[in-house]
Amino acid sequence: MGKADSVFEIIGPIMIGPSSSHTAAAVRIGQISLAILGEPVNEAIIQFHGSYALTGKGHGSDKAIVAGLLGFDAADERIKDSLAIAKQQNMKLDFQKVDLGDDYHPNTVRLLIAGVSGMHFEITAISVGGGNISIVEFNGLPIQLSGEYHTLITIHSDRPGIVAKATSIISQHKVNISTMNLSRQRRGGLAAMAIEMDQPLPPEAIKELEEKAQIVRIIPPIY
Amino acid sequence: MYYETIKQLIRLAGRQKKPIGEIVLAIEAEQENESPSTIRGQMVISWEVMKQALDRGVTDNIRSVSGLSGGDAKLFFARTPKFLNPDVGKAVARALGVAEVNAAMGKIVACPTAGSCGIVPAALLFAKERLQIDEETIITALFTAAGIGIVCSMNASISGAEGGCQAECGVAAAMAAGALTELSGGSATMVGHAVALTLINMLGLVCDPVAGLVEVPCILRNAGALMQAFLAADLALTGIKSRIPVDEVIGAMREVGQALPESLRETALGGLANTPTGRRLRRKLT
Repeated sequence: MGKADSVFEIIGPIMIGPSSSHTAAAVRIGQISLAILGEPVNEAIIQFHGSYALTGKGHGSDKAIVAGLLGFDAADERIKDSLAIAKQQNMKLDFQKVDLGDDYHPNTVRLLIAGVSGMHFEITAISVGGGNISIVEFNGLPIQLSGEYHTLITIHSDRPGIVAKATSIISQHKVNISTMNLSRQRRGGLAAMAIEMDQPLPPEAIKELEEKAQIVRIIPPIY
Repeated sequence: MYYETIKQLIRLAGRQKKPIGEIVLAIEAEQENESPSTIRGQMVISWEVMKQALDRGVTDNIRSVSGLSGGDAKLFFARTPKFLNPDVGKAVARALGVAEVNAAMGKIVACPTAGSCGIVPAALLFAKERLQIDEETIITALFTAAGIGIVCSMNASISGAEGGCQAECGVAAAMAAGALTELSGGSATMVGHAVALTLINMLGLVCDPVAGLVEVPCILRNAGALMQAFLAADLALTGIKSRIPVDEVIGAMREVGQALPESLRETALGGLANTPTGRRLRRKLT
């Protein structure tokens, strides 16, 4: 955990225990994954790596992720009952302990989630301390987003123009970019981009982007 | 206005003739571009959650998910201790209780972390009940505590994985001691000594959670840390001074934290976690 610059980083967050890194952060990973999916979760395979695999159960990380997938926040008293609530809603869940290798952060979770319409994504996230998280892969491509901002995520073919298109649309709507990152499988292959913004992008901007990219997701900041 | 040391906070408080808590609140409001009353209102919400956890901790039948903890706080709260002053005994039970609520997936306020969430609330409830302090002043004291925590995070750490338990329960105790000292009419300089005297007694405390869970020894250490806070506040209010200036003590905490082997920084590989019983529990629970 880094230096606190607000009193509410010292006294806070208000959360369901027992662990900011293994419980509160896990809820957040679930919440952000739900926001990326953009529809209720029908099925989820949840893979715990490293410290999450070792101590996740005792920290309620399984319940916490599912709570997030149900749309609960880190202070929601229903977290401890989330598995039963998910069952009532016919959410299919499979928890796995995996070893993703030493290249992954000790607190890593990978989610394979499918929504009620059949839309599905693979999301890999890490817990970086104090309840903060980072999404580090989207459908297997490296990205970087915290969920603290309005965020645009695209998966597109690695061809000239998409970055220019995205940034020009963003600037046309007078939206300010706070962070931005881009990666690709290989030259000309699939590429992923995440842009964190200070303001929301209007829906018409998404339509324009959808003409250029295979996948476009917009998520609001999640607190 | 700006601060990154306790010395700067003491100087600002002295110059403006205000409690440290008011200074911390004013700076937060300025930084966040919000009114002080909005910021204060947010803290009121945190205090309400703290009070609920303080109450639950000694009244509910608590059991953690792992089964490793729960029930001690309620038991201790119901008894009159043999050695501690009864009010102090109640406060210690409440610190244990909040930490048990946390372990049992109840709602708490991280202060500064979830593992050390019982210390500051128990100290402030004690002040409110024993010293008859009004809620408004308690909220200000929470800002005093937060300012101390901010300085520790800037110059040392508030993460067990980085600095051991001294960074979590140690900092929480320092926050509580400073707040108690200010609430009892101590000067800003005395607040600084209370922080230093607490940290001196918490220096070197390792983070060795059994099975990696925030239960053993974390819950008990909330009680021990609160006792250190009471001691340091009383010493400082008597006029006893730390021979090492407070910001240098915080610097020492940083150095000690960095010198701790990784096995004693929340990895659950050393200390109590690595005892035969600790290893057996780990195998059983993971």
